[in-house]
Amino acid sequence: MNPLEIAAGANEHLAQLSNYLVYSAMAVYTLAFVAYIAEWTFGSRSKVARTAAELGAAKSTAPAAGEKADEDGGAQPAERIGQSAAAGGAEAAAGGGASVLERTRPKVVTRSSAGRRGELPDGPGAAAGDEQGDLYGRIAISLTTLAFLIHAVGVVCRSVSVQRAPWGNMYEFSTAFSMVAVGAYLALLLAKKNVRWIGLPLITTVLLDLGLAVTVLYTKSEQLVPALHSYWLWIHVSLAIVCGALFYLGFVATVLYLFRDSYETKLLGGGTPGSFATSVLERLPSATSLDKFAYRINAAVFPFWTFTIVAGAIWAGDAWGRYWGWDPKETWAFITWVAYACYLHARATAGWKGRKAAYLVLIAFACFLFNYYGVNIFFSGKHSYAGIGG
Amino acid sequence: MSTTDSETTGAAADGGAGAAGTGTGADEETRLAREATSQLSTAPGEERLNVPSMGLVGWLRWCWRQLTSMRVALILLLLLSVAAIPGSVIPQTSVDSQKVEQFHRQHDVLAPIYDKLQLFDVYTSVWFSAVYILLFVSLAGCIVPRTWQFVGQLRSRPPRAPRRLDRMPAYTTWRTDAGAGEVLDAAQGLLSGRRFRVRREGDAVASEKGYLREAGNLLFHIALIVLLVAFAVGQLWKSDGGKLIIQGDGFSNTLTQYDDFKHGSLFDSGDLDAFGFTLDKLHATWRQSGADKGTPKDFRADITYWKGAGGRQQKGAIEPNHPLEVGDAKVYLNGNGYAPVVSVTDGKGRTAYRGPVAFLPQDANQTSSGVIKVTDYRNAQGRRDQLGFQGFFVPTFGGARAGTMFSQSPTMKNPRLFLTAYHGDLGLDYGAAQNVYQLDTHRMKQFKKENGRPLAQKMKPGQSMKLPHGGGTLKFEGVRKWGQFQVTHQVGNGWALGGALAAIAGLAGSLFIQRRRVWVRAVAGDDGRTVVEMAGLGRSESARLPEELGDLALALHSEHAGRAEHADDSDHSEHADDSETSSPATDPASAAEGGAEPSSRGGSQ
Repeated sequence: MNPLEIAAGANEHLAQLSNYLVYSAMAVYTLAFVAYIAEWTFGSRSKVARTAAELGAAKSTAPAAGEKADEDGGAQPAERIGQSAAAGGAEAAAGGGASVLERTRPKVVTRSSAGRRGELPDGPGAAAGDEQGDLYGRIAISLTTLAFLIHAVGVVCRSVSVQRAPWGNMYEFSTAFSMVAVGAYLALLLAKKNVRWIGLPLITTVLLDLGLAVTVLYTKSEQLVPALHSYWLWIHVSLAIVCGALFYLGFVATVLYLFRDSYETKLLGGGTPGSFATSVLERLPSATSLDKFAYRINAAVFPFWTFTIVAGAIWAGDAWGRYWGWDPKETWAFITWVAYACYLHARATAGWKGRKAAYLVLIAFACFLFNYYGVNIFFSGKHSYAGIGG
Repeated sequence: MSTTDSETTGAAADGGAGAAGTGTGADEETRLAREATSQLSTAPGEERLNVPSMGLVGWLRWCWRQLTSMRVALILLLLLSVAAIPGSVIPQTSVDSQKVEQFHRQHDVLAPIYDKLQLFDVYTSVWFSAVYILLFVSLAGCIVPRTWQFVGQLRSRPPRAPRRLDRMPAYTTWRTDAGAGEVLDAAQGLLSGRRFRVRREGDAVASEKGYLREAGNLLFHIALIVLLVAFAVGQLWKSDGGKLIIQGDGFSNTLTQYDDFKHGSLFDSGDLDAFGFTLDKLHATWRQSGADKGTPKDFRADITYWKGAGGRQQKGAIEPNHPLEVGDAKVYLNGNGYAPVVSVTDGKGRTAYRGPVAFLPQDANQTSSGVIKVTDYRNAQGRRDQLGFQGFFVPTFGGARAGTMFSQSPTMKNPRLFLTAYHGDLGLDYGAAQNVYQLDTHRMKQFKKENGRPLAQKMKPGQSMKLPHGGGTLKFEGVRKWGQFQVTHQVGNGWALGGALAAIAGLAGSLFIQRRRVWVRAVAGDDGRTVVEMAGLGRSESARLPEELGDLALALHSEHAGRAEHADDSDHSEHADDSETSSPATDPASAAEGGAEPSSRGGSQ
């Protein structure tokens, strides 16, 4: 055996190990998925219709001045919010419009502007205060963390085995994509953001993504054509993965926003949503919070997505003799960019805020997905070396 | 054009409105509250669709206002993304003209319609251009006034403190024994130290920060215009030519040397940079084993090049991702293949042709096809004639038992040349340009063997093919490699890159920086101590504003608390608990009431 073949043998083993790790991660994700389901199931035992109660209180003492409902009484005029906050200390901070930022420094009374229907409180989360549900929720997060670590090691093994960036074909791109999405979710949890609600939908799609990756998209570890031998592969493609994963979180939040928003609208109109809708949507954050979360993510990712396209253009200038040539992948990256730009503008345009802007996010993310799957599968262009099924 | 005008707070405006109706003091208050929230951005106000009843000028003004409105800009953006879609579905002349021709052959009905609708040239079509030109006119119509407005804002001072600070989205207050003047001095110093623009007037300090947000927003949109102009300039002056060069041959950058050449409408052949190069050696390697056997591994062209007329000769290399750059021109290595070297001896024993002939690869294993045209040929009888050879070259022949003539590997291990021969009129003298890689056999006759079957022969290097009736021989002498080079001449690339990077910087500024105002008011309270009020207002609601206000309040509080503690022991810092003054937020309303604004409470229910 010559040294080259030995090296090739070692690489094969590593690639194999990477496959086993990805399969193991999928198994653990499945367990996490079950735990999330358990969390939601046990959480449904506590039947607190918080939003409905909130609305009832707000309606009964409907504030004439257009101020929003406050937890302690609904119709507090703005001036008294400060007083009650000061008098009642931190407990007034829990709910609606007024909150107090308490540190070892002056207390700051905050007042948010009244939205379309005042500010409803966030739901209690999947476990809804149910002890057992909460336990399962914690187990789910622990399992997700474990699966993420296995997943990450799997991606690294793949990278070492092929001695290049682990995103040279659709299989590798998909595994890296879901790894980043889960990583972002865990990072947000670590930063003490209220994102536990995203766990179940996220893990569901991660399982789908990985399932698709190991079956349809799987490609044996392979080397890349010379056109891809460039450090831009590290920059351009990794940025595309990170942007896609974060856009995905924004997308999930937007979908949930649309459900929660119509739920709130129904309640406000005096309707009674179905019991399943009530049970599930009740525990989600308020439509305002979901909308804000989606906006922040999408707005923060947008400059990076711009840079992804610019980096791609610079690379194209080195590799293909032009920085922009309306190749299908370029065209759809541009369409995705414009769609997100539409969304950001729509948020600032009267008549487009709220649901219409949210539909734009759905369209924009659909464009992103199409740019990834659709363009690779249906069109042939200069990005066609991405390889499906070897 | 404003990317992030969401969550615009209406709190302060509510505050002003809520207090209206209590006489002139309230009017003044409303005015101040309006001023406080005004001009936090230069975003245009939302206008109704008022159709004017005026004449032409009125209509034009109305149209202009509509065009530059946010709503129309948004619709144009949506249109732009929709209009870009057909270009990815229908083959484009600029991307792949062969596919367009193929489409024309396959669709008799659709193709002419598509032609009419310019669907084969979407990105240069009238309708696509109309959308983006309107969009950029709208953009310019938005940027110019907003820039002036922004300059005005930069030159003016931060707006005065509203009378009712506790109506602002973030608010805090405390009492201190330090004098009001001292507190305001400290606040002024603190805020300027944190790069707020500060204005002191009366009993309050007004300050504002985060102008870079608007600057970033304007920069982003201006950069987009720069980018568009650079792209347009690049398209108008670009040139793009292809040249196949056989190892050992050279190229100099003049129009006549190109195999094919495309250029923008304002390109002038004088724009071509003067340079040239010879292809010394072409390296192409493919993987020999493993899952991806036969896939390309490395390509490299070793060249000797010179810049300018009679410039110094330099060695260089062109690889994928590493073009040769000379002036505005870049030379790329796009492909490679094999060129069999043949010599043709005619019926008189004279060499009629000798040289390498590039064959074009047809598959991943470099099974290549090509033709050899011999114009200056005489047959055994000495009569003038022309020869045409047509056939395949395979770098690795699988052997007679492989059952296929296709190449087994792109690497040259067992080369074979298969040719069949024609004689007659090559059709070169009819003026029409002819493809050098195709043989027009209309006016030619195929050589036949004695048994009447067409003459065809498979040759190893060194072997020959004898033409019947003493018509001469073709000898397969060897193989040389060739490289396909693309020479592009691009202008405006630097501007495009600069525009793109500026756009990203502007975007980051406009999305990550918050424009906010902070006011500090200090007045003597009814108990003789000083009531300090601080309030913050951001353009959008953000958790960061109260945090920042808290930080500022802490800094301000500790700054003057030290002095005050010496004066009066009863005034603690906020760390002490249970004291009436320990928590600065204590009873802000009564503090305010006892102080400067006794009149302002009337409006509440």
